[in-house]
Amino acid sequence: MITQRLFVAGLTPRIQIVIALLVGAAVLVPVLNLAFPPSSPFHVPNYMVALVGKYLCYALLALALDLVWGYCGILSLGHGAFFALGGYAMGMYLMRQIGARGVYGNPDLPDFMVFLNWKELPWYWHGFDQFWFAAIMIMAVPGLLAFVFGWFAFRSRVTGVYLSIITQAMTYALLLAFFRNDMGFGGNNGLTDFKDILGFPVQASATRSALFAASALALAAGIALVAAIAGSKLGKLMVAVRDAESRTRFIGWRPENVKLFAFTVSAVMAGIAGALYVPQVGIINPGEFAPANSIEVVVWTAIGGRGTIVGPILGALLVNAGKSWFTGALPELWLFALGGLFVAVTLFLPKGIVGTYDQWRAVRRERRLAKADLPSGPAEAGDVRIVRASSATSPVPQGGPEPQPAE
Amino acid sequence: MRLLRALGLILLFAAGFGAPAHADEGELRTIIAKFATSKNFRETEAVVRELAATGDPAVGRPLGALADGNLSFRKSDGQVFIVSEAGGALTLLDPLSGGRSGEAASREVTKVRVNNSLRRAVREAIGALTLNSPDAGVRLSAAETMFRSPDPEAIDALDAAIAVEAVANVKSRMEEARAAAVLASDLGDSEKLAALKTIERRGDRTALSLLAAVKGRADGVLKGAAARSAANVRETLSAWDAAQNVWFGISLGSVLLLAAIGLAITFGVMGVINMAHGEMVMLGAYTTFVVQNVIRASYPGLFDWSLAIALPLAFLVAGGVGLIIERGVIRFLYGRPLETLLATWGVSLILQQAVRTIFGPTNREVGNPSWMSGAFEIGQMSITWNRLWIVVFAFTVFAVLLYVFKFTAWGLHMRAVTQNRRMAASMGIRTPWVDALTFALGSGIAGIAGVALSQIDNVSPNLGQGYIIDSFMVVVFGGVGNLWGTFVGAMTLGVVNKFLEPYAGAVLGKIIVLVLIILFIQKRPRGLFALKGRSVEA
Repeated sequence: MITQRLFVAGLTPRIQIVIALLVGAAVLVPVLNLAFPPSSPFHVPNYMVALVGKYLCYALLALALDLVWGYCGILSLGHGAFFALGGYAMGMYLMRQIGARGVYGNPDLPDFMVFLNWKELPWYWHGFDQFWFAAIMIMAVPGLLAFVFGWFAFRSRVTGVYLSIITQAMTYALLLAFFRNDMGFGGNNGLTDFKDILGFPVQASATRSALFAASALALAAGIALVAAIAGSKLGKLMVAVRDAESRTRFIGWRPENVKLFAFTVSAVMAGIAGALYVPQVGIINPGEFAPANSIEVVVWTAIGGRGTIVGPILGALLVNAGKSWFTGALPELWLFALGGLFVAVTLFLPKGIVGTYDQWRAVRRERRLAKADLPSGPAEAGDVRIVRASSATSPVPQGGPEPQPAE
Repeated sequence: MRLLRALGLILLFAAGFGAPAHADEGELRTIIAKFATSKNFRETEAVVRELAATGDPAVGRPLGALADGNLSFRKSDGQVFIVSEAGGALTLLDPLSGGRSGEAASREVTKVRVNNSLRRAVREAIGALTLNSPDAGVRLSAAETMFRSPDPEAIDALDAAIAVEAVANVKSRMEEARAAAVLASDLGDSEKLAALKTIERRGDRTALSLLAAVKGRADGVLKGAAARSAANVRETLSAWDAAQNVWFGISLGSVLLLAAIGLAITFGVMGVINMAHGEMVMLGAYTTFVVQNVIRASYPGLFDWSLAIALPLAFLVAGGVGLIIERGVIRFLYGRPLETLLATWGVSLILQQAVRTIFGPTNREVGNPSWMSGAFEIGQMSITWNRLWIVVFAFTVFAVLLYVFKFTAWGLHMRAVTQNRRMAASMGIRTPWVDALTFALGSGIAGIAGVALSQIDNVSPNLGQGYIIDSFMVVVFGGVGNLWGTFVGAMTLGVVNKFLEPYAGAVLGKIIVLVLIILFIQKRPRGLFALKGRSVEA
């Protein structure tokens, strides 16, 4: 089976464990939350379910970025835009579900439109009362934007920092656009005050648990997908494009198509993450498009270790847990900590936590093998090597640490 | 009567600000008191003339009230008041000061009676007072008021005033006022056609609305002429609008130039995207704030020099911080541009939070020195001094940098390193030093940009954030081959932005510009002025 071979190549034991952990959490956490009374020591409080659910969405976003940055070398500073677009699509569905229960009691128009004196629903709001339509849009809108954007950018060989800057410009332009009231997305305030999702009240703990489970499963599915892509021939091609784009082109491949595929898939993943995020936090506003948010996603990925699949997830969870703790305990120090983290990780942990760990283990194994004076069989580390190889070869061009003029 | 009241107000305004002729107040009051004793219109008119003869602007109020029929005297003691009626009772106001001086029932006072010839006398008196005022400013605003509410009966007074007027722009204003009055009168067509020409020459929005009004009520030859004149005025106006937009564009462009040029230098020479560049701008602005505070506290006389003092300090502060960043962080990351981007972003967060901790999160007030405040007008456009100075300053900085790059040894080294780092190193140029100093220079330029921007923007910890993306756009659009790329990029973006604004609104205009840049990058991935070479990356 060809699919099976693809999966086997990418699904290392570590990734299998993470997927198993996520599926386990998807089952266990709702049970602990719903079946045990609050007094029980096994009870998981509601706020914890919502908080960790939110982190899992961030982790999915970081994983999406890992696919383009870690495997394809495209540093996107605009992934927050795809996340927010998915979130807006979900928000529009949730707004339509409010129906006549809004402050103004208008059965068709969301409150902010009544407030702005709009008479009828803008055309792009039609269809969002159906979940299936919203679900398609959650994937189609970010995917389409990424496809069109990538089509133009990659074909004309915009690379490196130039690409980073224009992805940032893209999310900035969207930020400005969504702040406008006449765009029809609630302007400054965004979309909020949600009531129901698929007929269940958003605030109820059963719904929250279900959303948590959905996030965990989506993340598990995302990991399986990225692992499958990374383990396939296409994944190898992506790494080739990352490490030596021109060489790949000279050999006869089309790097722009590889990049476009990765970018689009990644945007769809980010959109799904945003869609799961919105009902759990209860609001989506243009602030999600802020360039700073997208850059923060990059740092989660960098801290965990790009190109390692598990790393970005670890990074997202650690940094966000740290953020929650810091902003509660020492709010004015948070930016110092985050900024210091950026600098420290790029200086001292260029491969991130997981990447550094892998490297350390590889070094140790080689020493041990050398000591035992055994020939190191090539088949021995076969499965692990793909992941490690991609993280070990950092995209440093020939010539060591030396500034590269911008052409 | 609106005209009269307006003119009266001008008089009062002049009186309030140390007007020239001040008659003794007691004397004025004795004359005003005569209103109570005058038996017929002729005697009242004599009193009006006597008041006008004093030449004191303060008489504007009682005369205006007289013409409006609001001047009365109390039967019991013959004292004269301005009355205003509210709910049956009358409020008595002092005729000179306008202050409240009591109430009365309507039967306790008698109105000073007026007829049309008396009203004309009042109008002439007030018109003569304002149009012949020794203060050119008063004459100007009187003429302007008469232009806005034309009155055919003022033509004679205007003619008299025009004959003796010496100040050119006051005279032309008076002629325009006369033309407006002619158009409102029942004079012949030839007079009116000449008047139309005069108004057309004025060429601003009030002229346009006046012409539109004339077109509405005139017929025959006059209607056509008025329509033509209006079209001409509209044309002039749109030309001025375009000029104004170009000016705004240049002004915005020079701000962008200031913010982006340091970035272009570091990016061009080192290939390093410095995300903390905006924070260097912010540091410069805060340096200005500190300098101004010290000056305010210790040497208030030096305030007009505060910017001149802040400039070198801001250069040193921002340049020093830049040097520390380069030596401490960036030099370890050469060859990894994307990681540099992240590390400098981290540095920018730290700098922002540091400033927030020291100076607080709110906006800080940075004052304008006297030579930077105010505005002047050229034709139909108004230019503020601070914008003008910033344009001049940006161009100066650009010229100095151009000189440094072209004619100094250091500039030669920088260009050599930009074009071929290894070859430069082989020739004995110490590239690490060039890198460090270039980064310090770029940061220092950002610092002095901060001094300029503190004059037109809020000085807050987020100051730099607002400029960083725009600066990137300029650099990416202009290319990093040479400084002219940044210059052309900044000016183009500034002008395009300002031309889009009237049609699309400020926010949408900016979005369109961003989209245009994203599309432009597809066509020329290395910007307008890319260095030509045969290198292939990676």
